Amino acid sequence: MSATRAEICVVACAEAWRGDGEILAAAMGTCSILGARLARLTFEPGLLTTDGGALLTAEAVPIGAPAGAAEGWLPFREHLWLVQNGRRHVMMGASQIDRYGNTNISAIGDWTRPKSQLLGVRGAPGNTICNPTSYWIPRQSTRVFVPKVDVVSGVGHDRAAGLGPEAARFHDLRRVVTDLAVFDFATPDGSMRLVSVHPGIEVEQVRAATGFDLVVEGEVPETRQPTGEELRLIREVLDPRSLREREVKP
Amino acid sequence: MGTRMSVEEIVGSLESGMTIGIGGWGSRRKPMALVRAVYRSSLTDLTIVSYGGPDVGLLCAAGKVRRVVAPFVTLDSIALEPHFRAARQRGTVEFTEYDEGMFMFGLLAAAHRLPFLPTRAGLGSDVMRVNPGLRTVRSPYDDGEELVAVPALTMDAALVHLDVADTRGNGRYLGPDPYMDDLFAKAAGRCFVSCERMVEPGELAGPPQTLLVSRMHVTGVVETPDGGHFTDLGEKGRDEAFQRHYAASAADPQAWAAFADRFLTGDEEAYRKAVRQWHEEEGR
Repeated sequence: MSATRAEICVVACAEAWRGDGEILAAAMGTCSILGARLARLTFEPGLLTTDGGALLTAEAVPIGAPAGAAEGWLPFREHLWLVQNGRRHVMMGASQIDRYGNTNISAIGDWTRPKSQLLGVRGAPGNTICNPTSYWIPRQSTRVFVPKVDVVSGVGHDRAAGLGPEAARFHDLRRVVTDLAVFDFATPDGSMRLVSVHPGIEVEQVRAATGFDLVVEGEVPETRQPTGEELRLIREVLDPRSLREREVKP
Repeated sequence: MGTRMSVEEIVGSLESGMTIGIGGWGSRRKPMALVRAVYRSSLTDLTIVSYGGPDVGLLCAAGKVRRVVAPFVTLDSIALEPHFRAARQRGTVEFTEYDEGMFMFGLLAAAHRLPFLPTRAGLGSDVMRVNPGLRTVRSPYDDGEELVAVPALTMDAALVHLDVADTRGNGRYLGPDPYMDDLFAKAAGRCFVSCERMVEPGELAGPPQTLLVSRMHVTGVVETPDGGHFTDLGEKGRDEAFQRHYAASAADPQAWAAFADRFLTGDEEAYRKAVRQWHEEEGR
């Protein structure tokens, strides 16, 4: 029973919340949502997860399923309050990301008259300056991993350092998971480092899909494989309709 | 006290150049009947304050908008709002972009009649660059921390859509999320409430904590069955098929002209009829 790439991504996303304890795992994107719920069902049972809407679900529910019993209420106003309060680790998406983890979901090109208007900054500025943040990027390429993002929506390490220790004391970029690999920022200047490559992916492939100088230290390990129990939970409980396979192609 | 008004009376009381807040969130519980009436009106040069969805898109498409004040504009199940995108990419609307938490603090400041409220959200991001009017403020306490001073988002008028309201203008929401509708009501000089169903005073049965908007903040109230269509109305959900039709039509000038002609030229009754017919033709 070998795992698909999407399933490896789900487990890599789940690992982002390891050790977080009793906080909200806020997830965006299919593999990230599945990852949060998988972490809760396995190694991080204290996590809180939502139905994708205003409810904190009593149990980790299948993706797209009704919330079932609720253990809490988190409408948008409370969610925005929780961002400031900080008992939350968010895994966001990004249309562009640079080596220091600055991200853009606002607009491509010159902000005053964008070549492509995207969502707007949404909650990215507040998320990144107030609570732990990771990213899930389903299709890594040099269009996404860029030397410089056009509009800084999520704050990276260089920007946070520029604010000084007081203002940046809650800034905490954790990791980036893509369809190719896992990255963190555990370098002296907070630039991005390759942590592991997914099974079947070469380091050179990752480099070729990265538009900036990536820190690669020594032999890069493989991203871990899902356990049999994790695969069962993903396939039979959390995502029986295989929505994950639409987000990450084999 | 909110008095009963028609959609046309409400929109007729607005003026070009006003700053108008619109409740709801993305493509959820938007006062679309009122937005469609603004679309048909002669109003121009509006500043729209919104957690933006098709309200912002439609008004941009109609050339009603000078400035959008928003943290995002999205249709939720369709990530990007096509008309807003087109307006931004053509440079035909100005944009004041906020973080969504900052935006809430702006509403809270206005509702509390404060000039600003401080927050960390925005520090280090390009929100500070693209909104050069934003200022920071230093804490007067021992920490001395520098924070963003979010200016009050005051508005001339706010439009919100609720599930049920009484004839006095008290409103109740039935879905899982109040969004920020009561804050819009409190932050605006005048607030107009549209509702799916109107009842007599005392007949707003349900848990008291769902009585979101009070008549003390409401200038006018109108019953607009399906007035939130095609956005999400809690248990009723969103008309996803029609939203897809809206977005697909927006992608092409000819298709959009046909859409506007079919759905947006008449009043709400004509709109409902046209939508019903469209669903029959599409077999869904």
